[in-house]
Amino acid sequence: MAEKVLKKGNEVIALGAIHCGCDGYFGYPITPQSEVMETLMEEKPWETTGMVVLQAESEIASINMVYGGACCGKKVMTSSSSPGMSLMCEGLSYLAGSELPCLTANIVRGGPGLGTIQPSQGDYFQAVKGGGHGDYKIIVLAPFSAQEMYDFVGLGFDLAFKYRIPVMLLTDGMIGQMMEKVELRPQQARLSDQEIAQRYGSWATTGKTPDRKENTITSLALDAKVHEALNHKLQAKYQEITEKEVRFETLFCEDAEYLLIAYGSMARICESTIEAARAQGIKLGLLRPITLFPFPTKEIQRMIPQLKGILSVELSAGQMVEDIRLAVEGKIPVSLFGRQGGMLPTPVEVLDAFKTNYI
Amino acid sequence: MASKGAIVVDTEKCKGCSVCVVNCPTKTIALAKEVNGKGYNYAYMATLDTCIGCTNCATVCPDTCITVYRVKV
Amino acid sequence: MDIKDIIKPENIVYQKTKVLTNNVMHYCPGCSHGTVHKLIAEVVDEMGIQEKTIGISPVGCAVFAYNYMHIDWQQAAHGRAPALATATKRLYPDKYVFTYQGDGDLASIGTAEIMHACNRGENIVVIFINNAIYGMTGGQMAPTTLIGMKTSTTPYGRQADLNGYPLKITELIAQLEGTCFVTRQSVQTAAAARKTKKAIRKAFENSGQNKGTSFVEVVSTCNSGWKLTPVQSNTWMEENMFPFYPLGDIKDR
Repeated sequence: MAEKVLKKGNEVIALGAIHCGCDGYFGYPITPQSEVMETLMEEKPWETTGMVVLQAESEIASINMVYGGACCGKKVMTSSSSPGMSLMCEGLSYLAGSELPCLTANIVRGGPGLGTIQPSQGDYFQAVKGGGHGDYKIIVLAPFSAQEMYDFVGLGFDLAFKYRIPVMLLTDGMIGQMMEKVELRPQQARLSDQEIAQRYGSWATTGKTPDRKENTITSLALDAKVHEALNHKLQAKYQEITEKEVRFETLFCEDAEYLLIAYGSMARICESTIEAARAQGIKLGLLRPITLFPFPTKEIQRMIPQLKGILSVELSAGQMVEDIRLAVEGKIPVSLFGRQGGMLPTPVEVLDAFKTNYI
Repeated sequence: MASKGAIVVDTEKCKGCSVCVVNCPTKTIALAKEVNGKGYNYAYMATLDTCIGCTNCATVCPDTCITVYRVKV
Repeated sequence: MDIKDIIKPENIVYQKTKVLTNNVMHYCPGCSHGTVHKLIAEVVDEMGIQEKTIGISPVGCAVFAYNYMHIDWQQAAHGRAPALATATKRLYPDKYVFTYQGDGDLASIGTAEIMHACNRGENIVVIFINNAIYGMTGGQMAPTTLIGMKTSTTPYGRQADLNGYPLKITELIAQLEGTCFVTRQSVQTAAAARKTKKAIRKAFENSGQNKGTSFVEVVSTCNSGWKLTPVQSNTWMEENMFPFYPLGDIKDR
């Protein structure tokens, strides 16, 4: 029987990393995500799996260590929170431009600036629209429980290597700090250097052996034609991901006349809102995007004929709502209920906001 | 025992920087009046009997376009 | 003796190492980068570590270093090469990992990364090219630009009150416990280049023995940026750079 533990979301990111055979974690302390590195240091995986764990001098160094490790074909990751993730965006752009796999976790806090350490979803744009410079995307997973925090580490690495793309877990301190029961998976062995050379030697810096040409990892392409071709290649990859990797969950959507769309911590609150609405005879459903990029655009579009309106519920001034509106193309009303600064609405407040807009 | 040497310059790679010229202890090397495909006056053995094969020129050549030969005489 | 009798394969005493590619370098005529690239390639060849060597190229003129050596390369964001090298060496402890960085990359934007990589004693080799100018972007002031030196952003010469002082970062690096070998060399003469090669070899050997960080500064020229001929640049370097950046080992343990 699988082992079950009672742990914080941040702590099980660390356990998820160890258990899925992660090769390296490079991080820098910032609230509310410091438990990730603290747990790793306590677990000492370098003595068991051989995983490297290093506290870097900054978020900039952390993401560039991830860049170096990813160049090597290794499973490497970092985690941070909003201000730190802003610093990492340059590195993410390089990782995306160089088509490298890696995992990051942004345990979002309120911004702009130093903001607050309270939960927020104000980094949605930064995560799903790129964040750094240039035309690029990363896969964004939005866990809404400690179990998903744990599971999505392995899933994130699988997607990262499948598409050679950075993957981000986008969540907040509510999920990160909350203790929940988590079912653990068996320890997966790390790949040996030989296995990495066999699997990824066609592109990774595993050392130039006589049987292959030297590998260079770079995002630089000064020739306009070459660079446009690289961009086309990236866009084709993002298109494929959009077609194949959309993940979402629905609740009471079969007969829903109205729809709440919420992810992460807000989706948990909205689950209770749906129950309260149903008790009052309101046919309200919930769509919970699990991937924010790729966004469940097609599922929203599929539901439009049965819907009278959508409410985007966010811990922001309205970011995901823009993607919903792009999906809906003005065919039905789309409204926003957003709270900021770490102010978490109650399920009833969400229901009241829904009623104000639609009833 | 003295040495006699010779150099062969990859004249198409040479950029005519002259660093070999000033590093040659026997003033064997000069820049040609002619230019290569890129328009550089390339280095060449101006005197055929003075080279001692010391490799100084090749050691300082930023473009690694000099091969050095030496025999003992 | 006829020259044809000398130019025979059995008489070769110096030829291009096979670790260097056949690509014509994009550097300006006389640029020190080419010489240092060659010395690194020769050391890698002579130590027989081509399969185990991973280079990290910077942002700046040497960004294209990866075009010139038959080894695996990572190309870092500006200043971040030591971070890439840190992870690479820790994930592949049996590999030889070196960064190749200019003065803007290492001593300005990347100051934090180089200081901390050296302070952690990462078992990497750092090759630091100090030509006191930003070459690639068109000759702007670098942290190592000398007082009075004209650049495109100090058109009247660097002034301490306006621009601060030239940074002797190598002396700072030598203070760090993590470094085992810190030296300053040059490549303008054959003797100097041979000494630099010895220093690079020692640095790579240190890396193999996990002795800590080895740091080799090469005081270099940028004749295009300095607006001098290559030979004039070397003379200018000897007369102006060497008094402020004296050559020799600063630390060796």
